[in-house]
Amino acid sequence: MKATTGKRPFALTRNRLLTIIALAAFAVLAIIANSFFDAFMLRVFNMCAIYIVLALSLNLLNGFTGLFSLGHAGFMAVGAYVCALLTMTPELKEMNYFLVPIVPWLRNITIPFLPAILIAGLASAFVGFLIGAPVLRLRDDYLAIATLGFGEIIRVLITNAQPITNGAQGLKGLPRYATTFSVGVAAGIVTLFMVLLMRSSYGRAMKAVRDDELAAEAMGINVFRVKVTSFTVSSFLAGVGGALLGHMITTIDPKMFTFMLTFNILLIVVLGGIGSISGSVISAIVVTILMEALRFLDEPMNLIFFKTEGLPGLRMVVFSILLMVMVIYRQRGLMGNKEFSWDMLQGLFVKKGRKEGDHV
Amino acid sequence: MSENTSDLMLSTAHLTMKFGGLTAVSDLNLEIRKNEIVGLIGPNGAGKTTAFNVITGMYYPTEGKVLFKGRNITGLKPHSITALGIARTFQNIRLFKEMSVLENVLVACHMSINTGIFGATLHLPGYRSRESEARRFSMELLEKVGLVHLAYEKGTSLPYGQQRRLEIVRALATKPKILLLDEPAAGMNPQESRELMDFIRKIRDEFDLTIFLIEHHMQVVMGVCEHMYVLDYGVTIAHGDPASIQKNPKVIEAYLGVD
Amino acid sequence: MTLSLLFQHIVNALSLGSLYALIAIGYTMVYGILRLINFAHGDVFMLGAYVAFYGITLVSLPWWAALLVSIAFTALFGIGLERVAYKPLRDSPRISIMISAIGASFLLESLAVLIFGGRPKGVPVPDVLSKVIHFGSVSMITISLIIPLFTFALLGVLVWIVNKTKTGMAMRAVSTDIEAARLMAVDVNKVVSFTFGIGSLLAAFGGIMWSFKYPQLNPLMGMMPGLKCFIAAVIGGIGSIGGAVMGGFLLGIIEIMIVAFLSTLSGYRDAFAFILLIVVLLVKPTGLLGKRQAEKV
Repeated sequence: MKATTGKRPFALTRNRLLTIIALAAFAVLAIIANSFFDAFMLRVFNMCAIYIVLALSLNLLNGFTGLFSLGHAGFMAVGAYVCALLTMTPELKEMNYFLVPIVPWLRNITIPFLPAILIAGLASAFVGFLIGAPVLRLRDDYLAIATLGFGEIIRVLITNAQPITNGAQGLKGLPRYATTFSVGVAAGIVTLFMVLLMRSSYGRAMKAVRDDELAAEAMGINVFRVKVTSFTVSSFLAGVGGALLGHMITTIDPKMFTFMLTFNILLIVVLGGIGSISGSVISAIVVTILMEALRFLDEPMNLIFFKTEGLPGLRMVVFSILLMVMVIYRQRGLMGNKEFSWDMLQGLFVKKGRKEGDHV
Repeated sequence: MSENTSDLMLSTAHLTMKFGGLTAVSDLNLEIRKNEIVGLIGPNGAGKTTAFNVITGMYYPTEGKVLFKGRNITGLKPHSITALGIARTFQNIRLFKEMSVLENVLVACHMSINTGIFGATLHLPGYRSRESEARRFSMELLEKVGLVHLAYEKGTSLPYGQQRRLEIVRALATKPKILLLDEPAAGMNPQESRELMDFIRKIRDEFDLTIFLIEHHMQVVMGVCEHMYVLDYGVTIAHGDPASIQKNPKVIEAYLGVD
Repeated sequence: MTLSLLFQHIVNALSLGSLYALIAIGYTMVYGILRLINFAHGDVFMLGAYVAFYGITLVSLPWWAALLVSIAFTALFGIGLERVAYKPLRDSPRISIMISAIGASFLLESLAVLIFGGRPKGVPVPDVLSKVIHFGSVSMITISLIIPLFTFALLGVLVWIVNKTKTGMAMRAVSTDIEAARLMAVDVNKVVSFTFGIGSLLAAFGGIMWSFKYPQLNPLMGMMPGLKCFIAAVIGGIGSIGGAVMGGFLLGIIEIMIVAFLSTLSGYRDAFAFILLIVVLLVKPTGLLGKRQAEKV
C-alpha cells in the first residue's frame, strides 16, 4: 500500500483477487470435508482449527510483543473449565460430581455455547490481567518462570477445588458444541483479528515493544500498557481455544493442562516462525496432522519383514529434535517474521527482480 | 543570551544521580532556552548520557528536579515526557530492527494516532483518518531529510550515516519542542560531522526546535552550539560559549590524554 | 507430635534441603555465566539416577562404584549437552536459547520414556543406607543423615574450587562480565564446559541420593524438583552459589514443615514453591543474596 493521500478506493489487485479465491476454495473444501471425511479425519481437521487459535494467541504474546510467557496452559484451563461449567446441564453435573457435590450456585446455570465461550474468554482475560499487571514488570527470563509458575498454580488450584471443578476427576460428557463450523469460524475470526491488528498502529506499537522497549517508550508508547493489553487479549484467545478444545474432546481434567500443552503450542509457534501469522497457521495445520500421522511411531509397527513393539515416546522424541534443530539452525522458523504473500510464492518458482512488498 | 525566563525550555535544579556508591551526575544545573542549540560535552563516562536518561524519565534522580517550560517533570514516565514534547535519540542507534524506514517513523506517530487496540483493529473511521494523516506526515518528514526513496527498505540495512539521520527523523515524528541528541556524530568523519551539524541547524530552523546535544568530540560542536556545559566525572566543570570553553584550562585538562 | 517424629521431620527437611541445594547450584552457576535457565537440568538429575540404577542392576556394580560411574558419565553428558544445544545459540536472542533448553528437556524426558520405559522402577537401596539407627528414643534412616553430610562435603570442595583455584577465578570472571573475561584471555568455552560439568555432577549425585531416599524412578522424576530448584536458586539470588544453597534449604525445610504441620494443605505442596517464587520476584527480584544487574542504555 503506497502512502498516498487520504482514502484509497478498494482496488481489485491481483493479490487481493488471489486471496479471495483462496479463501473461497478453503470454505468449499471445509464444506466438502464435513460431508465426506470420516470421524477421525474430521477430528484432525477440527484440531487444526483449534490449534490455529491457540498458536495465534501465543504468537501474539511471544512473537509480536516479545513477551516470553510459559503459562499458556493455565489460561486455556480457565477457559475450558468456565465454559464447561456454564454449558453442562444440572443432570450432567450431578453425574460428574459424585465424590463431592457441586457448589450450589453453579449447579443450575446452563447457557448456550456462544455466550458461554465468550464469558470463558473474558474469565481468562481477567485472570490474565490480574497476573499480568504484577508479572509484566519482570525481565524476560523471570517472566518466563513466573508465568510458568502461575500456570502450575492454576492447575493445582483446579485440582484442589473439588466442589467447583470436581478436582482430579475432571469433567466428562461435555456437550460437543465444537463442530467443524464453529471451530472453523473461530479460527477464521481470530486470524482476521490478528491480521487487522498487526497491520494497525497498535500492532506496530507491539512490534516496537518487541524490537526495542526503551526506544519504544522514548517514542511515546506506554510500553507497560501495551504489554498488559497484549497479555490480556492473548489470555482471552487462549481461554476461547481451551473452551473449544474441551468441547471437542468432551472431557477435561487438570492433567491435560500441563506445561506439556504449552510446549506443544510453543513448538507450533517456533516452527512456523515467531512473529508470523501465516507461519502459525501453516505450522498449526502441519504439526497437528504430523502429530496424528506419527502416532504410528508409538504403536507396534508391522513392517513386512519384522514387527516392532510399540515405542512410546518416540513421537515426542522426534518432535523435540525437530524443535531443537529448527531453533538452532533456522531460528526464524518456516516463515521467519514475514507473512505469506502471493509474490513470495511466485518468487519460489520464478526468479524476479526486486518488487515492493504487498504491504508495509 | 536573553534573560527572559519565559523563554526557558528545559532546566534542571541540582540534579544528582547516584548508583549505589557511584555518583554519575552531580549537582547539574542546566538552562536551555527556546531555539537554542546547547551542548553537553565531556570525556567518556562523564555522565552525559546518564543526564539525558534522568531528564527523559528513564531514571529517577537521587536529588534535584527537572523542569520543562517551568513545569516539574521529575519522576514522569518516559512516554509521558515524550508526550509533553521532549524527544531523544540514543548513543547506540536504537532503530526497530524488524521494521522498514517508514514503519520506524510511524511508530513515533502512534502517540498522535491515539488509538486503543479495538479502534485500531476494527479500523474505525476515526482511526483510519488519523492513520493516513500519520503516513502523509511521515513521508513528508522523510522527504525533507532525503530518505523518502528508502521508505520501504529495512531500517537497519541503511548505511550508518543514514541510520543516524533516520533516528533523528523518528524522534522528530513525535512533534517535539526540544530534541535531545546523544552523540549524533559518533562514528562519522569530519566531513560527515560537518554535514550533520548543518542538518541539525536546518531542522532547528525548520521545525522551530530547541536542541540539546551530547558530544564527546569538542571540535564537532564548536561551530553549532550557542553555549555548552562541560562535565567531568559527573561534575560541571565549565559552562559558556564555545570560545571561552576552548580556552578554559580545566576543560583542557579534563580532555588531556583523551582524544 | 513426639520428639522422635519432630526429629525425623527435621532430618527429612535437611535431607530434602540438601538435595534441592545440590540441584539449585547447577541452575545458578549456568545462569550466572550464560544467563540461561537450563530447563534440562532437572532431567540431568533424572539421568544420573537411572545410570546408577542400571549400574547396580545390570552391571552388578557395588553402589558406590555405580555412583562414581554415574556422576562421571552425567558430568560428561552435561558438557555434551551444552556443546550441542546451547553453544550454537550463544549469540542469539535469549528466547532462542531458552526454547532450545525447553526442547532439550522434553527430548531427554521422551528419550527416557523410550529407552528406560515409562513405568516406575523400584530402586534397590543398599543396606548400609537403609539401616535404621537409634539415638535414644529417636530413630532415623542412615540415608537421611548421609545426604546432608555428603552435601556439605561437596559444597566445601566446590567453594574451595571457586575461590581458591584459577579455574574458579575464571568462572567468577565470566559470570561477572563475559566480554571482559574474553578479553583477559579467559577460555570462555572451557569455563562454560567446566561449569556444566560440575553442575551436572552435583545434580547426578543429588539424583542418586534422591533415588535412595525415595526409591522410585520414573522418566519425569526430574521435572518438579527441577522447577522447584530453579525457584530455589531464584529465591536465594540467581547467580550466587551461596544463594542457591540457601534457597534450596529454605525450600526443602518449608516443604517438609507444610507436610508436617499443615497436612491439610499438602496437596498444595508443589504450588507453594511457585507462590513463594512469585512473592520473591515481586518483592525482591534479585533474591535474598542476589545483585542488581543494570542494563546500559
